[in-house]
This record gives sequence, C-alpha cells and structure tokens, in this order.
Amino acid sequence: MTITSPQQTATPLVPAAPVERAVAPADTVTFTIDGLETSVPKGTLVIRAAEEIGIQIPRFCDHPLLAPAGACRQCLVEVWTPGRDGNLAKMPKPQASCTLEATPGMEVRTQHTSAEADKAQQGVMELLLVNHPLDCPVCDKGGECPLQNQAMSNGRATSRFVDIKRTFPKPISISTQILLDRERCVLCQRCTRFSEEVAGDVWIDLQKRGAHQQIGTFDADVLGFAGDVPTGAATQDTTGRPFASYFSGNTVQICPVGALTSAAYRFRSRPFDLVSTPGIAEHDSQGSAIRVDHRRGVVLRRLAGDDPTVNHEWVTDKDRFAFAWQSAPDRITTPLVRARNADGTPGELEPTSWVEALDVAAAGLLAAQAPVDPREEAVGVAVLAGGRLTLEDAYAYSKLARVALDTNDVDGRARPHSAEEEAFLGHHVAGRTLEVTFADLDRAPAVLLVGLEAEEEAGIAFLRLRSAVVKKRTRVVSVAALASRGLQRLAGTLLAAAPGTEAEVLDGIVASAEGALGDTAAALREQGALVLVGERLAASPGAYSAALRLTARTGARLAWVPRRVGERAAVEVGLLPSLLPGGRPVADSAARVDIAAVWGVEHLPETPGRSTGEILADAAAGRLGGLVVGGLELADLPDPALARAALDRVPFVVSLEVRRSEVTDRADVVLPVAPPVEKGGTFVTWEGRPRPFPQALVSHELADHRVLDRLADALGVELGLGSLAAVHAELDQLGGWDGARVEAPTVPAPEPPAVEAGHAVLATWHQLLDAGRLQTGEPFLAGTAKRAVARLSAGTAEQLGLADGDRVAVSTDAGTITLPAAVTDMPDLVVWLPTNSVGSAVRDTLHADAGDLVRIAAAPHELAAAGVGDGEDAPGRDEEVGA
Amino acid sequence: MATTLAPVLTDLWDKDRSWTLATYEDNGGYRGLRRALSLPAGDVVTMVKDSGLRGRGGAGFPTGMKWGFLPAPDGGPRYLVVNADESEPGTCKDIPLMLASPQHLIEGMIITSYAIGCHHAFVYVRGEVLHVYRRLLKSIEEAYAAGYLGKNILGSGFDLDITLHSGAGAYICGEETALLDSLEGLRGQPRLKPPFPAVAGLYARPTVVNNVESIASVPGIVVGGADWFKQMGTEKSTGHGLFSLSGHVTRPGQYEAPLGITLRELLDMAGGIREGHELKFWTPGGSSTPIFTAEHLDVPLDYESVGAAGSMLGTRALQIFDDTTSVVRAVTRWTEFYKHESCGKCTPCREGTYWLAQVLQRLEAGRGTSADIDLLLDLCDNILGRAFCALGDGATSPITSAIQYFREEFEAGTHTPADVLFPPERSSLFAYTPRRSGAQLAGVHA
Repeated sequence: MTITSPQQTATPLVPAAPVERAVAPADTVTFTIDGLETSVPKGTLVIRAAEEIGIQIPRFCDHPLLAPAGACRQCLVEVWTPGRDGNLAKMPKPQASCTLEATPGMEVRTQHTSAEADKAQQGVMELLLVNHPLDCPVCDKGGECPLQNQAMSNGRATSRFVDIKRTFPKPISISTQILLDRERCVLCQRCTRFSEEVAGDVWIDLQKRGAHQQIGTFDADVLGFAGDVPTGAATQDTTGRPFASYFSGNTVQICPVGALTSAAYRFRSRPFDLVSTPGIAEHDSQGSAIRVDHRRGVVLRRLAGDDPTVNHEWVTDKDRFAFAWQSAPDRITTPLVRARNADGTPGELEPTSWVEALDVAAAGLLAAQAPVDPREEAVGVAVLAGGRLTLEDAYAYSKLARVALDTNDVDGRARPHSAEEEAFLGHHVAGRTLEVTFADLDRAPAVLLVGLEAEEEAGIAFLRLRSAVVKKRTRVVSVAALASRGLQRLAGTLLAAAPGTEAEVLDGIVASAEGALGDTAAALREQGALVLVGERLAASPGAYSAALRLTARTGARLAWVPRRVGERAAVEVGLLPSLLPGGRPVADSAARVDIAAVWGVEHLPETPGRSTGEILADAAAGRLGGLVVGGLELADLPDPALARAALDRVPFVVSLEVRRSEVTDRADVVLPVAPPVEKGGTFVTWEGRPRPFPQALVSHELADHRVLDRLADALGVELGLGSLAAVHAELDQLGGWDGARVEAPTVPAPEPPAVEAGHAVLATWHQLLDAGRLQTGEPFLAGTAKRAVARLSAGTAEQLGLADGDRVAVSTDAGTITLPAAVTDMPDLVVWLPTNSVGSAVRDTLHADAGDLVRIAAAPHELAAAGVGDGEDAPGRDEEVGA
Repeated sequence: MATTLAPVLTDLWDKDRSWTLATYEDNGGYRGLRRALSLPAGDVVTMVKDSGLRGRGGAGFPTGMKWGFLPAPDGGPRYLVVNADESEPGTCKDIPLMLASPQHLIEGMIITSYAIGCHHAFVYVRGEVLHVYRRLLKSIEEAYAAGYLGKNILGSGFDLDITLHSGAGAYICGEETALLDSLEGLRGQPRLKPPFPAVAGLYARPTVVNNVESIASVPGIVVGGADWFKQMGTEKSTGHGLFSLSGHVTRPGQYEAPLGITLRELLDMAGGIREGHELKFWTPGGSSTPIFTAEHLDVPLDYESVGAAGSMLGTRALQIFDDTTSVVRAVTRWTEFYKHESCGKCTPCREGTYWLAQVLQRLEAGRGTSADIDLLLDLCDNILGRAFCALGDGATSPITSAIQYFREEFEAGTHTPADVLFPPERSSLFAYTPRRSGAQLAGVHA
C-alpha cells in the first residue's frame, strides 16, 4: 500500500512503485529567458524551458504530448542568438517558442521583457478573436478556457474588428457524443494531431482553406483519406455512421476553446461550480488517473488526470463518459431481506435495517455452514466476488471466506477460467507486482500480444504501444484469430491462430522456424522484449503453459493483462481457491501459518477450494448451502444459465451490490455497497501498481470491506477491517512471500478439434464499448460503440453463400445470434462475434466461448426481412451485462 | 549602351513546332546532357555553383549551393522536385516556357538529377493548366523514346524516371514544403522547418526543390560554361532571366534579358506604356513584392538593386499599371486573392487576410474610416514576420507599399468610391462595361 503504517515490518502486500529517478541528461543547454539563466536538456523547446522557470508564454496549438505544429503563432517571442563572431544578434522575425529548440547562449525575451513579443502576441490574439464568437456566457468552456484566459492576460481590451464574422451552422455532431461548434474553433489542430499521432483514428481532419478552413467529420468525398477507408457495417458505430474513435473524448479535453464539446456535458454546468476530486477509472485494469467533477453530490463529468507513469493525459471514452451507472435509478439504498410467504416459500425483497439484515444474513450463513440435518447435502458457504473490486474490498472477501466461513471456496473470476489459469496466476502473477510496467511498453523492442486485443481491452496500453510503434521503437506481434483495426494501427504482425490453437502457435515460435514465427522468436530474444497475455487464454487449454515455455525459451518477460479493474487485486489478496494473499499457496503449511499469525486465528482451511465453475456446478446440483456474492453479473459467467440455476437452487444467498441485478433478484439478503465514487480505496493495475483514490461524494453507503466486517461481526468473528486504515495496516503487516510458489502449469497444446460441415470455431472478445452494465445510462456513449458484426473469412463466407453485409446466423443448442457478416482476412472455419455487444450476447445466448464449436449458416431471409434476428434469443433484459 | 535581350530559354520560341524534341535537337538541344554525362557529377555541381545561378522562383537562393546542402549519399533515394506550380498574380514565365520549349526543362532535370544523384524526379505542375500538363507529358514521352530518360541514359549507366504530377489548384502548393506534402498525397500546408527538404523532403528523403526556370537554365550553363553565364547580368545576379511584362504596356510578353536590365529599357523594347497614358505603378516580381512607381524606372532589375530600393526581384513579373488604375482597387483584388488562397494553417495569414480584405473593400467602396489606414498598416505589421510561411508576408507587401506611395488614394477611400475616382472601364484594355457604373456608385454615396 502506498499508505504505510508505523508498524510496517515487511514489504507491503502491494507495494507502491518506487519513485523514478530523473536521469541526468547527457547534454544540457544553458541560455536565458527574460534575463533568467536556465539549463535544460538539449532539444528542449523554449516554451517548455520557460514553463520550468515559471514564465508562462500564451499558446494554443502547443501541447506537450503532441508534435510541435507552430500553427497558432500565439507563443511568439523575441530571440537573440550568438553569431559566429560571438556577438548576440537578433533574429529578424519573432519566433514561435513552441517549435524553437533552445541553443547555447540564446537570449529569449518574452512578452514580459520585449515590446516586440508583446505586440506580436497581442496581434495574434486580436486576429484569433476576429472570427471567434463572443458566446462565452453560454459556452461550456467559459471559465476554464485558454482562449478566454489568454485573451484577458495577453490581449487587447477591445477589438478593432467591426466587420463581418465568419459563421457556421452549429453544431456538427461528429459522433453521438462529440459535438463541434466550428465558429469557435481556432484551428490549432490539437484534435486532428491527437487523432493522427496518438489514437491513430482519422475520424476528423481539416477541410477547406483560409478563413473557411474547418475541422470536418469523415467524408471520403471531401477528404479522400489515404487507406483505411471505412465502408460497410464493420466500420460503423451503432448509429450507422463511420466509427470514430475510442479516444475521442480526449479531443474535447485538449481543445483550447469550446469548439469540441461532449453531448453528455454540454450545457450541464459551469466549471466554476464544480468540485474536482482525483479518481481512478473503474472500467479496466489500466488504472487511469481521472478527475471527477461534481456539483452538489452529482457527478457531471470526468476528465483525464495527468499521470505520466500510467495514462499520460489520455483516457478511453469509457473511462471518461461511463459514470452514470454509479447513480443509476436502480441503485440499492437500503438493506433488503426476502420475506417468507405463509407457506414458507420465498417472497419479495423488503427494505429493512442494517441490524436486521446482518442478523438474517449471519443466521442464514451459519445454518448453511452447519445444517441441523447432518444428512443435508447442501452444506458449506462459498464466496463469489467479481472482478471489479478494490484491493481493500477484495481482501475483505478473501479474509471473510477463510476466517469467518472456514472455506477456500472463494473465487474472484467472474469469466471463463481454468485450473491452468489458476496455476499460472499463482505461479507467475501473484506477489510479483511491477515486474512489467507501462514504461516497459515504451521501451520494449518487441511486444507479443497473446489473447489480448489491446485497443478493446487495455486502452492505455494500446496508446503507449502505439506511441512506441510510431517512434519506431517497438514492433508488435499478435497471436489472435484476426488482425483487428487496433493491431493494424500498431503496424502489428498477426500470427493467425484459431481459438484453442494459441498454445500450438506459441510452441511454434522457435528460432529455427521459417517466416514470421522465426522472426518473432528472434525479436523476443532482444533485451526488454515482452509477452502480454490476456485473460481470454483461460479458455484456450495449454496457452498459459505455452506462454511460460516461450518466455523461458526466449528470455522475454511475461505479463498478464486482464480486462477488469479488480482482477489483479483479486490475485494479490488470494481471491482464488488455491491461493492466500501475496501469492502464498493454500497447500503450503508455512504459508498458512504466516497468514494465520497475522489474522490471529488458530488455523486456516487446508484444502484448496472450488473454483467459480465448480462452485456453481455444485450449487446447481444441490451441494452448496450458501453463497456470498459481490460485484458479479451472472451474464458475465461462462454459462449464465447454469449460474441462474445455481443461485435459484442454493438455499441461502447474500448479495453485496450497488445496483439491482440478477443476483440481488435471487438473493435472500441484499446489502447495499458504495460505488467507487462514494468510497475511498485502491485499484490495482495489471502491472500490480496500487492506485489509491479518495471518496469523491459524501455518502452513507459503505464500502464492501466495511459491510463484510459487520457481517463477520454478526457471525461472531472479528475481521478487523472496519476502516481503510485498518485494512491498510493489515496489508502492510502481511507483506510479501518469499516461500515456494504454486507450481507452474504444464498443459500440453491440445489437438485442434475437427470442424464438421456447417460448423465453425467461435472466436470472441469484448469490445471496449458494448452492452456492459457499467455503461448504462449514457446513450451518447453507446452511440459511439462499434456496430456488432460477425467476422468470417472469404472462404467460409463462400462456403455459406454469403457476401459481405449479408446476415449470418451463429447458433448452438442454446440459441442463435444473427448479425451482418463482415468478410475479414482470417483463418477459414472460424467465426468471430463481439462477446457482449448489442445483438451479440455470446455467453448468454450461445452458452459458448472462444474455442467452442458453433453452427454457422446464412440467416433465413424471411427473418432478416422481417427485421427479426438481432439478439432475439437473448433474454428480455434491457441491459446486458459485463464491463 | 542599352542592355539588349539575351534569348536563351526563349531562343526557339519562334521556330516551327518549337516544343518538339526534333526542333530542340536541331538547335543544339541535349548537348548539355551529353557534356554533363561525360563529367563527374561533382563537377556539374561546381559548374552551376560557379555560374552564380540563383533560384528563379522568387527567393533567389543560389541553386548550386542548394544542391550542395544534400547530405552525403547513404544508398537511399534522393529526389529532384521541380516546382511548376506557378500561381503568383502577375507571374507568367514558367507556363509559356513549358509550353513553348519543354525540352529545356527536361534536359535540365536530367542534368540536375545526374549532378545530385537522383533517379526519380518530379514535376509538380499547376492543376489549372491542363494544356501545359499535356504538352509536358508528351515531351517526357518523347524524351523516353529518344533514350534521354529511363535506364542507362545515352549509355552512361545513369537511370532516371520523371513523374509529372498535376496539382489541385492551391497557391500554397507553390511553397516548397506544402508542395512536397501535396505531392505525397497529403493536405497541402507548409511543413515545420527544420528539417529542410535537403535533409528530409519528399518521403522524408533528401530532396532538391527548384523552379522551372532555374532548372531549364542548367543545360545552357553546362554547354556555355560558368563564365559564359556570368558574362550576363551583374556581379551577384548573373545570367539571363525571363521578364514578364503585362498590363498597360504596348507589347506585353516575355522578354528574356540579362539580370540588371531596367524597366525603362524593357519598356523601350515593349513599345512603352499604352498610348496616351503614363506609368503609375508596377510590381517588380509579382503581387507579393512591394510595388514601385515611375521613380524606380531606372532601378537595375537584379536581386541587390531591387532589394536596396525596397522591394524584391521575385519572379520578374512586371505588372504595369498606368494612370487610370486605382491603387486601392488593385490592392484589394490582390488581397482578396491572398484571402482566398491562404491555406489556413496559421492565424496571422488566415485571419489577417480575412480582415484586411474587409477593410480594403470598405475603402474601395468609399466607406472607409479615418482609422482604417493605420489599422491596415498595424494589421500588416502583425502579419509580416508572424506567419508560418512567407506567403503571409507576401500578402502585406502590396498594402504597405501602396500606402507608402499613394496614401492620398486610401484617404480618398473614406469618402469616394475608387470606381468614381478611377472608372474601371478606363483601365480596361478591351471594351468593358462595369456592372455598376461609377455614377451610380457616386449617387449612392451622395
């Protein structure tokens, strides 16, 4: 933990990253700005050097994370340089300090000391305002607007412009979320440069010229983009317009005027009415720094925080815009207990007091642990905690299971999982924090992605990889079923692998191999090379083992990049049936003694417990007495139907939840918990980096660990986790583990399955923006999601008599998903579906996952013509699940 | 002794079918190439350096020195790009040259490419001149067929391909880095320098960008030698150049003469100002160069003398305006051109020309205010030297120089429309009825 306690004895369980030491620059340049001498590394721009010594030069187009442009000309300064004779000579024109590198002996005179610089800046400012509307009172940017501020500090009080301003119809909607008021735009090109340089999505560009120059949306007739011309359903968003970008919200934030705004925030608030609290985004394992802006207890917007170690100043649109779920109308605000009908059957959930709810919960759990009837099969309590928990909350679930419920039946994996994965996590991941970091992505000569679609599942890692690729430092190779648009923008090489054959492909990456496999083997031998594996590999037998073999063979370092924010914390605190906190194996008696000592208990359960899948299977078969479920959506599970049956069958279910869900509908006791914005805590990134965040809103809701502390109390056990400070003190005391680790998995690559006619192997992964539960309540964002399509190869399409855009039906015995076909360069006999997009709820509809065989056929025309088909087999829920 | 014409590039223009390869060869064409191929490439560069040839596109940068800026060969490609995007108001030399004698350019390109180690050269020709595009294309085909282009040119082992590219009609694409972006298929806007094209130009490779006339002058230098070239012109402005006389002159046209000739001499050859009128003002090098008046008739038209007199030699586009012309109207038209052609990249040029045009239109209509002249001068001061590229600077030149010499006409713009003071039909060289008569305008104003 970053918060250290005075009794700290060992390395904390999840230690903070060491402070990066500033590397002494090789070459420095000494020069003066406004008479102040300063030394900066060679190559430093004058405008940056001025910032360093507290001299602010006004600017619009300049942005430290974008390449210099020199377009706005606001940052002009007077510059004197020493000539060959050593005498200072004034450069004839004022220079743009955002494009000018400092040179030895240079003398820079800014607006503070040079009348020429001051006049130049005032002149540019007056020109910028010529065509800028005076609508600050109704502009979202008013109050936090660089143009407004700098017009005050570096502009004339009145304008001499009495002529006709250029106007445009307003606004243009670039996507459902991003709006553009062209008349406000000062054409600094920050947004277009961001789209080209950072995101690599060309969804906006400059059009026309002179005073009519404007930012425009994609229109091939006007812009004629080179390459990547979006056509067909595969490149559309859910509203049917060309897909824009997952990172479009960043352009709103870096726009120095109010030209780009978001539909979600437009006209909602004035910046000076907002209270800002730093936060950490809860949507993925990247742990992006954000700023939560709220007013009188309501979050109005989120902005990217500035954190060079993690997300620079960028966040995904999901991190920025998907926050309405935390205050959704279906929030649970009081404890609920299920009433019993007169005949003893379960009735409705009814609000009750905390005292009663905890008593009922405790009584139910105790009865489930020790039934009155010794012949009762349904015995024991298991804990299922989803992948979105903070470190503190996950720890509380882990400890509750072991201490209060006397079981290792605890699993944090609400997704496809395997015993091989569990061994991999215990062997390679748990307790090994910060071994591979974001900074390593910047430096790696080669990065192999396996079962990881970086743009969809790890947005910040994608941006950092792209930055390294653009700088020609890194080459990316991906083992996946197809080369996604994200991989193309990483200039990546695809090692095509049908789902289930990842292990075979990984085992083929050997120096002696021909072509791309051999090249990859050579690249991975370079110092600093990385292999990043995604959680999807759990559904591919042998893949994790093969990844371990590969890295042992090549010397590349291996990191696990899960999707959800709580996955790494869950591993670290032992939310796994075979693992205790810090990577301590349950089966290791020394490890148990270690933990028992800190927890102050006699002993801990000795046998490894059951996994999520085993727990649910046993529950459905009547072999489980009770369940404690937290932060988990049934539709996320590999077999949601089994999960529903299991929860229906289990005699007693306690649910800790923010919002009403399929679990709370089946629970006997529902205990409300706080969403991230209403509690403090620590998310842990995929790197193992703790990301503490404070409570933003005043709330009487409790964090999970506080509720669990009270529940344990009702069970007669003192958990000692009633406050963040208490949890942190204990985590610090626990420390790391230097004993034996879980054995590495050694699963061989399986034989690929035979695919019969009319069948295909299912490939699937989540889109960043989809039908996930944490994106509800934000229709503007939902409109920018990619439209769901079924991808298949030209060969497969031909076999089925399908053309691009025709509707294809993918089915199992459980159901059918019908989507437009997108013919894609990928292996034959494989069909790809988005895991949980509108019209494509793979797990819920098909009860299948990547690597499973599905039936595939052209959709019956009458169904397509009648407009039936899209997700008609999905249960009648308006909200799909999964984050 | 009066300076006489020095026809080199224009020597064949009156020959029958002057544009054909046969005519060119019959008159000594491709002797320069043969000579160049017999020399080490470095000697050709030295010869051009010694000749003192300066860029004919306006800036007057020594051509040989520009070639010398290329880094040492690294095995990768390096390019020659010929800037044939002639679009400056008044400038009309490259287009007739390419039309009448295209082989001059092609031979020059081959020699230049040989000198700088380029195997793929480009011509970026202005999009509007389709006839020139077609003629150049045909001429390149002829050169390929005759073995002057392609593999192993004239058995020398030297290879060269020429690609002819048609622009899309943007003034900014005459700026060399915007031209390169446009040639690469990108939006034509100037690039940040450094890196300069010599280091990272087309496709980020070392690139020489030269004007049509500069390259077309190279064969003559190779044949005649640096000393022959230096005999013409002045000490620092050597050689011959095309002087394009247009406007109120009896015989407008291309006059190829040694640099340093005066307008008075040129006017003598051109039959003087049109009958019954006097010279009022003129541009020495296109609309982007500050205007001159009758007092500058004897300024030698070389880089140094014109510069010393407060203007620039530019492209030697001598637009001649007689006493019927309203300076305010002429400057307003030019400014509207700059407003229309501003690429939009930088604030001063984009917004400044937009504003200048409105102020000038007010003055032209006789609705100016007493503050407008100072406003124009201050705006020009806020644009000049503040813009991203030189085109913003160029937009201010006609305004500041016109106010310098004809301030009273701008002052008149606060009360009388320019069309009343200078009825446009009097300026026209052909029958012309203005859409609104001067009397009407006067009536409106009264």
